[in-house]
Amino acid sequence: MKEYLFLFRGGDNRDMETTTDAGQAQMQKWMEWMGGLAAQGKLGPAQPLEKSGKLVKGRDKIVTDGPYMEGKEMVGGYLICKAANLDEAIELSKNCPILDAESGIVEIREIQELKR
Amino acid sequence: MDNDSKDINRLADHLFRHESGKMVAVLVKIFGTENLQIAEDVVQDTLMKALETWQQNGLPENPAAWLYRVAKNKAIDIIRRNKFSVQYDFSDSERILLQSEYTLNVVMDTLWTAEQVNDDLLQMMFACCHPEIPEESQIALILKTLCGFSTAEIAKSFLSNDDTIAKRIYRAKEFFRLRKLRPEFPGVSEISGRINAVLKTIYLIFNEGYNATHADTLIRKDLLDQAIYLTGLLCGNQHTQLPEVYAAMALMHFHAARIDSRIGTDGDIILLSSQDRIKWNTSMISEGNEYLNKAATGDRLTSYHIEAAIAYEHCIALKFEDTNWERILFYYNLLENLHPSAIVSLNRLMVLFKLYGSAYVINEIASAPDTAGWEKNYLYHSLLGEIYAPSDKAAAIGHYMQAQTMTQSAAEKKLLSNKILALG
Repeated sequence: MKEYLFLFRGGDNRDMETTTDAGQAQMQKWMEWMGGLAAQGKLGPAQPLEKSGKLVKGRDKIVTDGPYMEGKEMVGGYLICKAANLDEAIELSKNCPILDAESGIVEIREIQELKR
Repeated sequence: MDNDSKDINRLADHLFRHESGKMVAVLVKIFGTENLQIAEDVVQDTLMKALETWQQNGLPENPAAWLYRVAKNKAIDIIRRNKFSVQYDFSDSERILLQSEYTLNVVMDTLWTAEQVNDDLLQMMFACCHPEIPEESQIALILKTLCGFSTAEIAKSFLSNDDTIAKRIYRAKEFFRLRKLRPEFPGVSEISGRINAVLKTIYLIFNEGYNATHADTLIRKDLLDQAIYLTGLLCGNQHTQLPEVYAAMALMHFHAARIDSRIGTDGDIILLSSQDRIKWNTSMISEGNEYLNKAATGDRLTSYHIEAAIAYEHCIALKFEDTNWERILFYYNLLENLHPSAIVSLNRLMVLFKLYGSAYVINEIASAPDTAGWEKNYLYHSLLGEIYAPSDKAAAIGHYMQAQTMTQSAAEKKLLSNKILALG
């Protein structure tokens, strides 16, 4: 088993809201998807990210405000999951609620293992 | 304090006894048994907040739901505060879902549904009665964490002191902390053994309430109430509704139905022969009978079945003289075969005394292979007192006095004093 980092970009950028029906429904979808991964023992930590951030750049360590690119491509959260290979990881990602929006992207990156 | 807030306090007291255990059980599921203390702290905070708020604004429409909501929000706060200090471990998927902001709220909501809460409480009962926790710690732990008793109340209930009880609870918590035990229902192959430990602990709690070892009527009723409440939950759950559970429930009903006639207004014990049977709670007896019918399935005959049958015999006798001692003797013979013990054979002796008189019992004692077990019990000396009372007053008084030195209960001592006085 390998570990993969899922980066969620774009999509419906509303936060996890408990107050609106749409928010509740959205949370339910995340629960179903992640609960499914958990049931297979494939779920690692996952969190949404705050919208605001900073960029620290280059040798001069120049600090600028985010967002760093167009809002719809901004990383909104991450999840670590276990999969046998990249193909399985792709399959596992397909039910991610971020993909409900046309602009939603799951970027999948294999986490390197320590070389023995 | 005005009447309204007194009412609220009383209501809250009753509600808290039942709800605090459920909340602890859910919170333990969230934080793990190793963090039982955190769970208890959250419940304490919740109850304090409830008292404050309710005294100001009156009772909410659904007080239990109010408590759950506050406890849930406090739990969410704690998780949020500790979130990033947790290492990740793929094997604990429940924990991961609780620790992700994507799923935390939804998981939390599902954890606090009524059905789930009851299951958690029962699973926690099994954890508290884990075979590696000493029995005395099991009792203290159940009363403290699941019945909302304070350490002082437990100490009072078991004629012990706060330090001893605190140590017993501490040891049990240490066990949880080291073992990170996960509360769950035992498997089908294990359940009958494990349920015995749970029933035994509950029955000890019940007995402590039933026997007048302490004069405080409120605590006594609370103990009875809690024991019946916990057994009722076991009866209502598909994992635990076993014949012996129904039998224990029946037994407790038959005893509790008679408690008001058993203790006088001044805390004195009233003997079965002089109890006012009008005061017996007939609806409780018939409820007990329903449980006894439900217990009559399967092929296992447990001591709860037989003890319930004995108690039932007493319940259906309209007058003391109507007591069917032959049948009761039959049950004691069964019980002695099933679980030979000094206390069972001693009770059997008392039935023999009622049936066949003193000469028969003296003979029975003389031919007993070993009386050491009896000698240690005050009931034996009290019985000898009764046996000798008509023939040898001095001997009878001697036995009663011996019995007095062997019971800690003030009410029992007084009962024996009265017997001695009657002889004088």
